[in-house]
Amino acid sequence: MPELLQFCVSGLTVGAVYALVALGFTIIYNASDVVNFAQGEFVMIGGMTTVFATAAGVPLPLAALGAVLVAMVVGLLLHRLAIEPARGASPVTLIIITIGASIFLRGLAQVVFDKQFHSLPAFSGNTPIRFGGAAILPQSFWVLGGAAVIVAVLWAFFNRTLIGKAVLATAANRLAARLVGINTSFVMGLSFVMSAAIGAVAGILVTPITLTSYDVGMLLALKGFAAAMLGGMGNPLGAVVGGLAVGLLEALGAGYISSTYKDAIAFIVILIVLFALPGGLFGKASVERV
Amino acid sequence: MAVFGKCIRGAALLAGVAMVWAAPAAADTIKIGAPLSVTGPASFLGDPEARTLQMYVEKLNAEGGVNGKQLELIVYDDSADANKARTFATRLVEDDQVVAVVGGSTTGTTMAMIPVFEEAGIPFISLAGAVVIIDPVKEFTFKTPHTDRMACEKIFADMQTQGIARIGMISGTGGFDKSMREQCLEVVGNYGIEIVADETYGPSDSDMTPQLTNIKNAAGLQAVVNPGFGQGPAIVTRNYKQLGIDVPLYQSHGVASKSFIDLAGDAAEGVRLPASALLVAEKLPDDDPQKAVVVEYKTTYEEKTGQPVSTFGGHAYDGLMILVEAMQRAGSEDPKAIRDEIEKTSGFMGTAGVVNMSPDDHMGLDLTAFRMLEIRGGDWTLVE
Repeated sequence: MPELLQFCVSGLTVGAVYALVALGFTIIYNASDVVNFAQGEFVMIGGMTTVFATAAGVPLPLAALGAVLVAMVVGLLLHRLAIEPARGASPVTLIIITIGASIFLRGLAQVVFDKQFHSLPAFSGNTPIRFGGAAILPQSFWVLGGAAVIVAVLWAFFNRTLIGKAVLATAANRLAARLVGINTSFVMGLSFVMSAAIGAVAGILVTPITLTSYDVGMLLALKGFAAAMLGGMGNPLGAVVGGLAVGLLEALGAGYISSTYKDAIAFIVILIVLFALPGGLFGKASVERV
Repeated sequence: MAVFGKCIRGAALLAGVAMVWAAPAAADTIKIGAPLSVTGPASFLGDPEARTLQMYVEKLNAEGGVNGKQLELIVYDDSADANKARTFATRLVEDDQVVAVVGGSTTGTTMAMIPVFEEAGIPFISLAGAVVIIDPVKEFTFKTPHTDRMACEKIFADMQTQGIARIGMISGTGGFDKSMREQCLEVVGNYGIEIVADETYGPSDSDMTPQLTNIKNAAGLQAVVNPGFGQGPAIVTRNYKQLGIDVPLYQSHGVASKSFIDLAGDAAEGVRLPASALLVAEKLPDDDPQKAVVVEYKTTYEEKTGQPVSTFGGHAYDGLMILVEAMQRAGSEDPKAIRDEIEKTSGFMGTAGVVNMSPDDHMGLDLTAFRMLEIRGGDWTLVE
């Protein structure tokens, strides 16, 4: 059984990143109905900015904080310069705008940073922890712990703060939210900033394990999107479960069935689930209001 | 209609002007095409290749050019996209009318361009690795890097001397990785080595521990080989250390650049790989016939660019020099004559080794061109 434990740890670590990306999708989707395909680029910005800041001599915690701030500014600019001016456009148009933004950010990263792969030193060493025959990197705990903290903070934010409730209200019904005095434009901007921050944290936590480069965002956005769909688009709990499930499916598929078809295995399972539950695992059946 | 007619006349006038400008240029310069993957996933190949070509074309021109004419290098960036590469190949043939091409950073882009140059009868020296480029031999296609089959043979020969007979293999599913895996499977029997585990990973995967766990559990495992290229092998190497697999790990020439050591970190310690002499230029014994060439290229490149030398730039150097020598021997810029002379290249000492081409061998390198290296103390060491 030591293999099973090893596969699960691998799957959960990778899955935690998918979960954070999926959470980013969820927050923006809830506030604005937009699927933000530039979500992966926030992960890239987090990782790359930290790498370059530490290379310039900035201590790691400060560099990480700076990277999160950079990503938040980029998120805000994305909303103010690309999404806000097109408000009123259909969600499909807005989604296409985010795809354009993701290509733009990737190109910008090539110029501002470079085209090479980079790594960060692991936060607490590289000596694997042996547990039940599996070897676990300390950094995996950072990733899993970081994801857990973010989920907890988000839960508290949405359920315990007024602004959080304003976001939920906007998600539920934008017109009604505006009528009761919620600044929905602010809420949407806030959702982009929060998604960017979550993405950047994921990027920083995972870079010591998976390396980073200007184009890591594209694949993460795809996997994160699949995770969000699996969990049920718009449901934060679904995003987390979906992310972990996609990661586990990949690792178990690679370990037990065939490493060549591991992505296919994950996507086939997702398709089967969506076939049975079109709204995703935690999604509500869609109701058309008349 | 009048407007339309005006447009036609305008276009004709413009075309006339363009031709007048082009005519003297064509007589004075020798146009060489270089479709390279300067950006995109293979930029670590295309970038040093482009710099090398530009640097040496400048140098050759300053020394009076070739056959009394200046070289004109036309670089296109295909970003490792085979479709773009093919479009640029057509443009090089039809619009730029180059006499020869040195380029094609990846096997994918090279294979997409071969039909264009073969049909146009333009000699094409590819800078990509896979053996399919020159096997079967195509009339106008040559290549300078070692093939992946040679890398396999070098690795297996090294294993044989150490008495290793049961190995695991983990390879990527990208073009280079896949081709090398197939070549390795083809020649492994000749060395009395059995593959007891054969796993793969996707080109942008970030975790290979499940595959390596399966390899680790294979009975009688004595070594693992990772035919791969890009960031994948760096992650494999890290995961290898993480899982505490204690048999030797062999990487391929695909990761023979300093960035691999940086990315893999401590985990790279003890990893063996076949690579060209360029990586250990200063460490070669003084009586090594290749030393002068590789040290010259290395110092020139590092002085001009301020970046550490990579073997990929060396392949571009070899390609350009083979072409220049062929043009000097041919004494003309006729593509067919250049092709014939490239095929007659013999005893050319390049960064990849001695090149002896023939009608059946459009690469001309043998196994001695590879050196077996081991990573020790964060640097390459010669183990032979």
